[in-house]
Amino acid sequence: MSAQQALVASASRARPAARRGWLREALTGWLFSAPFLLIFLAFLALPILASFVLSFTNFSLGNLVDPFSARFIGLNNYAKLLHDPKFLQAALNTTIFVVFGTVLNLAVGLAAAVALNRGITRFRAIFRVGYYLPVVSSIVAIAVIWRFLFNADFGLVNGALQTFGIKGPDWLGNPTLAVGIIVALMVWRNFGNAMIIFLAGLQGIPNDLYEAARIDGANRWQEFRSITLPMLRPTMLFLTVLTTIGFLQVFEEPFVMTQGGPLNKTLPISMYVYQQGFNFFHQGYASAMAYTLFVVIAAVTLIQFRLLRSQT
Amino acid sequence: MSVAAPVRPASPAAVVQTRPQPSTPRRRRSPGGWWVYVALSIGLVFLVGPFLWMVANSVKTSAELHHVPPTWIPQTFTLDNYTTIFTKLNFPQYFINSVIVATIVVASNLLFCSMIGYALAKLRFRGKSAVFLIVLATIMVPQTVYLVPLFVLMSNLGFVNSYPGLILPFAAQAFGVFLMRQFIQGIPDELLEAARMDGAGEFTIFRRVVLPLLGAPLATLGILIFLGSWNNFLWPLIIATSDQMYTLPVAVATFSIGQNAVDYGLLMAGSVVLIAPVLLVFLLLQRFVQQGIATTGLKG
Repeated sequence: MSAQQALVASASRARPAARRGWLREALTGWLFSAPFLLIFLAFLALPILASFVLSFTNFSLGNLVDPFSARFIGLNNYAKLLHDPKFLQAALNTTIFVVFGTVLNLAVGLAAAVALNRGITRFRAIFRVGYYLPVVSSIVAIAVIWRFLFNADFGLVNGALQTFGIKGPDWLGNPTLAVGIIVALMVWRNFGNAMIIFLAGLQGIPNDLYEAARIDGANRWQEFRSITLPMLRPTMLFLTVLTTIGFLQVFEEPFVMTQGGPLNKTLPISMYVYQQGFNFFHQGYASAMAYTLFVVIAAVTLIQFRLLRSQT
Repeated sequence: MSVAAPVRPASPAAVVQTRPQPSTPRRRRSPGGWWVYVALSIGLVFLVGPFLWMVANSVKTSAELHHVPPTWIPQTFTLDNYTTIFTKLNFPQYFINSVIVATIVVASNLLFCSMIGYALAKLRFRGKSAVFLIVLATIMVPQTVYLVPLFVLMSNLGFVNSYPGLILPFAAQAFGVFLMRQFIQGIPDELLEAARMDGAGEFTIFRRVVLPLLGAPLATLGILIFLGSWNNFLWPLIIATSDQMYTLPVAVATFSIGQNAVDYGLLMAGSVVLIAPVLLVFLLLQRFVQQGIATTGLKG
C-alpha cells in the first residue's frame, strides 16, 4: 500500500468515526436534557399554550371529563371581559397595587441598601439578615399575622393607639385603608429582596468615582444623585421589571387578609381568575382573563425596557 | 439575555467579593453617623416585631388573646395552642405533606437541572439553542396564565388531590436550568477532555467530574427551590381538594378564613409551625440564599 493509499484509507476510516462521535454527542445531549424537558413540556409549556386555546372556548365544568367537547366561541370571552364590572374593578385594583407597591418597594429597598453599604460600618450582617427574614417566610403566615395586628378589636395597632386615647379604625373593613395595608404588606415582605440586589449593584460601582467626586468637593447628596443613581440604572431596570411582574400576580395578601373585599376593592386579577376558574368553573373565561394579564405583563416589560434604555 | 445583564457573574469567589469590607479605610468615607443606626434599628423593629408578636401570641391563653389592650409578654404561658393543632387538628399530616413535596421537588430539580445544564453548557447537539430559548422564555410567564389548563390536564391524568399533582408542575423549574448552565460553563473544557481521553463516558464525566464541582451552586439551587416549595400556596390550594392532601400554607390559609378565623391562638401556632423550618434553614444557610438571589434575581 502506497503512502497515498494509506492516507486515503485512514481518512475514510476516520470520517465515519467522527460522524459517529458527533451522533453520540447529540444523543447524549438529548438524553441529558430529556428528563427535564419531558416534565417541563408536559406541565408548563403545554398548559401555557393550552391556556391560549382555552381562552377562545366556552370551556366549563361539564367539559372537564372530555376537554375536546368545548366549543370555540371566537373572541366572546375577551369581549365579555370589557363589560364585566368586576374584572374592570380587579384591573384597577391590580394597577394600584403594582404602581404604589413597585415604587415604594424600590425606594425602601434602595434606601436600605445605601444605608447598609455606605452609611454604617458595624452590624451590617444583623440588618441584612433581619431585613431579609420576611422574604423567605411564608406569605400566608405573614398575612395571617398582619390581619391579627390590624384587627379592629384586639389587634396590636389599635391597642397601641388606645394607649394614646385614640379609637383606632376598622383597618381592613375600610376599602381605602385595606388597600393601603395590602400595599404596605407587599413592600414590607419584598423590599429585602430589592435591597440585596441593590447591594450587589452598589458594590459594582468603582470606588474611584466617589474619590474623584470627593476631590471635587461633592457632598453626599450630590454623590448619590450623580454617581450612585446613574450607575444603578441597569439594576433599577431589572428590579422594576421583576417587581412589576411579581406584583401583577399578587394573590395571597388579599386572599388571607380581606378575601378581595370590602366591595371588591382589594380583589386583584389573579384572585378573580381563581374565582372564575375554580369557584364558578368558567375555565374558558378565566383563561381569557389570564392571557390578558399575560399580554399586559409582556407589554409592560417591553415598555419598561424601552423607557429605561432610552434614558441611558 | 438582557434581563440577566446587571446580575453579577456567579462563582463561589463572588460570595467573598459581595461581602462589604468594613476594614478598608481607603474604600469609604466615615459612616453617616449615629442617626443611620437609629433609622435602621427602627426599621428592624418593624420587620422583626411581627414575628415576635406571632411567637408571643402562640403561647397565650384564649382569654389573654382577647384582652384589651393587648399584652406583649404572655401573662400565663401555655402550649395548649400547639397541642390542639397537633392532636385535634390534622397538622402532623399537613407537615408531612409539605416535607414530602418539598423533598421530591428539591431532589428532582437538583438532578434534572444539572443534567440539562451540563448538556446545554458542554455538549454540542442540534436544537440546543432552541431548547435553551424555550426554557428561558417561560421564566417570566406568570403562574396565573397556566393554572386553569394545568388543572384540566391533572384532572384528566387523575392527579387531582394527589402527590404527583402537587409535585409535577414544580419538578422541573426553568430558573434552575439557567443557574446550572451558567455555573457549568465555568468548568474548564480541559478537565472534561482529560476525562474523555481516559476513556470516560459522558455519564461518568458528569457524575465523577462535573457533579463534584457543583457543591455551592447545587446548595444555592436546593435552598431556593426548598423555600419556593415550602411557601408555595396557589397551586396546592387548587389541586389539594381534601384535607388529607393539604400542605401547611393551604391549611393555615383555610383555617384563617374558615370557622377558626377568629381563633388567633391556633392561627399563630400554625404560623409558627409554617415559618420556623424556613427561618431555621435561612439563618443557617443565608449566605447561599442571598448569593442565589444576587445571581438569579429570582426567588424560588
